Amino acid sequence: MGVSRRLFLRGAAAAAVLMALPRALLAWPEKAFKANSRDDVMKALFGGTEASESSAVVLNAPDIAENGRVVPVSVSSTLDGVETIGIIVEENPSPLAASFDLGPGAAADVSTRLKMGKTSNVIAVVRADGKLYTAQKEVKVTIGGCGG
Amino acid sequence: MASGIRMKAKLKGDTAEVKTLMKHEMETGTRKDKKTGETIPAHYITEVKAELNGKVVMTANFGPAVSKNPYFAFNVSGAKAGDTLTVNWVDNEGKSASEELTLS
Repeated sequence: MGVSRRLFLRGAAAAAVLMALPRALLAWPEKAFKANSRDDVMKALFGGTEASESSAVVLNAPDIAENGRVVPVSVSSTLDGVETIGIIVEENPSPLAASFDLGPGAAADVSTRLKMGKTSNVIAVVRADGKLYTAQKEVKVTIGGCGG
Repeated sequence: MASGIRMKAKLKGDTAEVKTLMKHEMETGTRKDKKTGETIPAHYITEVKAELNGKVVMTANFGPAVSKNPYFAFNVSGAKAGDTLTVNWVDNEGKSASEELTLS
């Protein structure tokens, strides 16, 4: 599958638009959202891939998602000093689905709903006191949520 | 509901359990219009900020993989009745919306 000239130009135009976005958006971790592998997301968002699986990270997601357009996912943690929570859907074109920066007063407990293109591992990454902890679960998708 | 954000909060002790629903297409930019074959441009919320009495307590960064009309629930500790909770979002086109409520 080659990249046609038109597609390339469209991409370039889109990039130009992105660069012209207001400053308020700069905090958005663009690199992490554009990354296309789990490791690249980890590097872009957390600055490293070294993480230990931990039972102190609780990832709630269904075993089977009948509708990949709406998959409820929640992440909570009993760890102290949670700074950031990331949710990665490994098989999605852009694996990073969402990340959460916790300020003072925020509890390490977030829920949202995600789109999943196909059956995939869902990975919760928690940064607490500068260290990374993960939990993961495979979610089987019967009808994908990325098609038109 | 002019803002398109539905927000509910329940106080349990000093923790506010907050649930929000934001009206937004969350277009991924990979779908094609079935009639024209043109790619529908990406249009999605990128950032959601929650503030308690004007102080940011939580920032959620969304990618296009968050479902249409995003649901976002979180908990805030150190909250009490009478506190003001504000939630606002910005999307990749620079549009925004905001909603606030008083905890009771």
